[in-house]
Amino acid sequence: MSLILTEEQVQLQDSANAFVADNWTVGELRKLRKDTGKGYPEALWQKAAELGWLAIPFAEEYGGLGLGFAELGVVLEELGRGLVVLPIVSSVVLGGGALRLGGTEDQKKAWLPKVCDGSALLTLASQETSRHDPYAVQTTATRQGNGYVLKGRKVLVPDGHAADAIVVVARTSGALGDRSGLTLFLVDPSAPDVKVHRNLLLDSRVAANVELNDVRVDASAVVGTVDQGADVLDQVLAEAAVALSADMLGGIQQTFEITLDYLKVREQFGAKIGSFQGLKHRAARWFCEKELSKSIVLQTLRALDEKAENALQLASVCKARVSDTARLSGKEGVQMHGGIGVTDEHDIGLFMKRGRVSEMLFGDAAFHRNRFAQMKGY
Amino acid sequence: MADVDSFRTEIRAWLAANCPPTCQGKSNVLPDMVWGGRRQTWPHPDAKLWFDRLVEKGFTVPTWPKAYGGAGISPAENKVLQEEMARIGTRSMLFNFGIGMLAPALMEFASEDQKRLHLNRTARGEIRWCQGYSEPGAGSDLASLRTSAVRDGDDYVINGQKIWTSDANVSDWIFCLVRTDPEAPKHLGISFLLFDMESPGVSTSPIELISGSSPFCQTFFDNVRVPVTQRVHTENRGWDVAKALLNHERTMLADGGRGSAAGAARKSLLQVARQAMGASEGRLPDAAMREELVQWEMDRLCYEATLKRTMDAAKAGKGMGPEGSMFKLYLSEMNQRGADLRQRIAGHEALVWTGDDCPADERQITREWLYGKASTILGGTSEIQLNIISKRVLGLPGD
Repeated sequence: MSLILTEEQVQLQDSANAFVADNWTVGELRKLRKDTGKGYPEALWQKAAELGWLAIPFAEEYGGLGLGFAELGVVLEELGRGLVVLPIVSSVVLGGGALRLGGTEDQKKAWLPKVCDGSALLTLASQETSRHDPYAVQTTATRQGNGYVLKGRKVLVPDGHAADAIVVVARTSGALGDRSGLTLFLVDPSAPDVKVHRNLLLDSRVAANVELNDVRVDASAVVGTVDQGADVLDQVLAEAAVALSADMLGGIQQTFEITLDYLKVREQFGAKIGSFQGLKHRAARWFCEKELSKSIVLQTLRALDEKAENALQLASVCKARVSDTARLSGKEGVQMHGGIGVTDEHDIGLFMKRGRVSEMLFGDAAFHRNRFAQMKGY
Repeated sequence: MADVDSFRTEIRAWLAANCPPTCQGKSNVLPDMVWGGRRQTWPHPDAKLWFDRLVEKGFTVPTWPKAYGGAGISPAENKVLQEEMARIGTRSMLFNFGIGMLAPALMEFASEDQKRLHLNRTARGEIRWCQGYSEPGAGSDLASLRTSAVRDGDDYVINGQKIWTSDANVSDWIFCLVRTDPEAPKHLGISFLLFDMESPGVSTSPIELISGSSPFCQTFFDNVRVPVTQRVHTENRGWDVAKALLNHERTMLADGGRGSAAGAARKSLLQVARQAMGASEGRLPDAAMREELVQWEMDRLCYEATLKRTMDAAKAGKGMGPEGSMFKLYLSEMNQRGADLRQRIAGHEALVWTGDDCPADERQITREWLYGKASTILGGTSEIQLNIISKRVLGLPGD
């Protein structure tokens, strides 16, 4: 496993970079605050689909490209650099990922080709609590006739308002907090007893709260094995944490570069502020954190592709490290810009906001340190 | 690939014919490191025999050109050689500041005669080198050094004092920065000399550190005569050589630390923690310390990934450059933090300095904590590394 990009990956990176330059500016985020529709630019979604990006991790028989997270990570990093808003993590990694890992042949045939060509958007509804806690599931799925009845409330469902299908985590047995007893269901959000509340997040992305008021689903809606849903869930959440880390890495690098440029031009006391040790030593330490983050992202993306034994451990190392670095970047980016950094007019705040949301999605650094500790016997 | 395979076959045959059985396997008779030089001793005659055979083949420094004492093999072939030696539990033992630090600088700056002489002697393990850089008044501001070299006929006459000269009292030769022009700006009056530590007028005195005895020495020069022919590169341009060498030193410090950071034979921090505090419901009972331990372990994994990324880039023909400063900075701080954490975890037992009921590994914990304080100072302090990163990597203006 080499931690540098292959020639093909460099080409993909160039193409993603050009895509952002040609189609997007960070300022679009300010416009999205007023959007009441899907919350992402639909024309760009179509272009991303045409470029094959949504098909990257899926097998060819389902319309995929048969590539892996190393490639998807390259794309996400470049989109993250530009703070582009597209539901790739939601549809490709979360919803599509759950089907890829646990779906029946019928489910995969019905949905994955649509995920790959962008004609359908999938997502995952797992969280219910204030802090990320994958097994704290109170939503119940009760057996009834040839199906189940789902009841409960999900929070922070990424792009849930725009989804064509939602993979819902519900409890079929066991107690709150148990790893066993969870089951995944494919739910149609337009069903009469599903209520979706659209919430605009602080970084102009959208997540939904989803109410399930005795929603009836057929037994064929089960994704994976009844009561063993955590096997798929753990993997999907780890993959999402790593995918999001790649997105954050892009934002971290861009924040760093913007700020470094500013340190070289801004003058106070008759000198460039980047000549002051109080700032340049911090910039140097920030540089180190950025480089370490980049290394662990590259390594973990490849570990997922190789199905390495320690892939889930690395996913937690990765999300913890990159979340910490994202927080550092947000803080230093704004602080080193001084007054202009706290204005809405300047882009640096937008980078901090995106980093903040990603930092806390799918487990923040504290969550993943604890998870790593549990896996390693600390 | 076929070339590498045939090289492997060749190496296997050579090892089978030349490496004494006593120098293979777990209980071999080899010393950890051979520093070389006049004072080298051998724990077993077979170790010496094996070393001589390695020297003859150029395998103490396999990738150096044959003309300078190496075997002239490629990095890929060297990988095969190291793998094959590891496979039978043997190694090439020579370790020396001359190899990792001085030699790359000589290859870049020395005359052909100097290269042939000094590189060959270094490769053969005939010289143990020490580094005459820091002075009592020139630490972080190394270029303000004052040890003087005054031209007298075909010699320089050296007067002054060096400090932090690692192993000066057991070394054969020194590579030394001296001031040859006191009137010039400080970086432009320095020359780079090589000379014998047995020259009349050289004396050394070891330095005791907070952790106890140490390899560091003070070195004094009292009218030491050094032939002008032993100057490397142009007079007054020694700083060019010095800088290149410091870059190699940082690389060596970053790379050399890997073995000790991994610490195969040592207890992991987790093992020390389990021993000291036990477990409650399968986890360490002290939540704050558990968090700190995990943070450290994660940092270590991220550091390892970064080293690997850099080596992968090097294999693909992209050099490391000034990011070397990052490795020195990060590794020394991480190891210092690890040693600090180790002592805090070990607790009361690790406070004992000496006594008849104090296991060696606990005494070691204390000394490592103290010695760790030196790691962020030697080879350029952390603050100097931050200056280097901000200037050379980030391109920020000087102050």
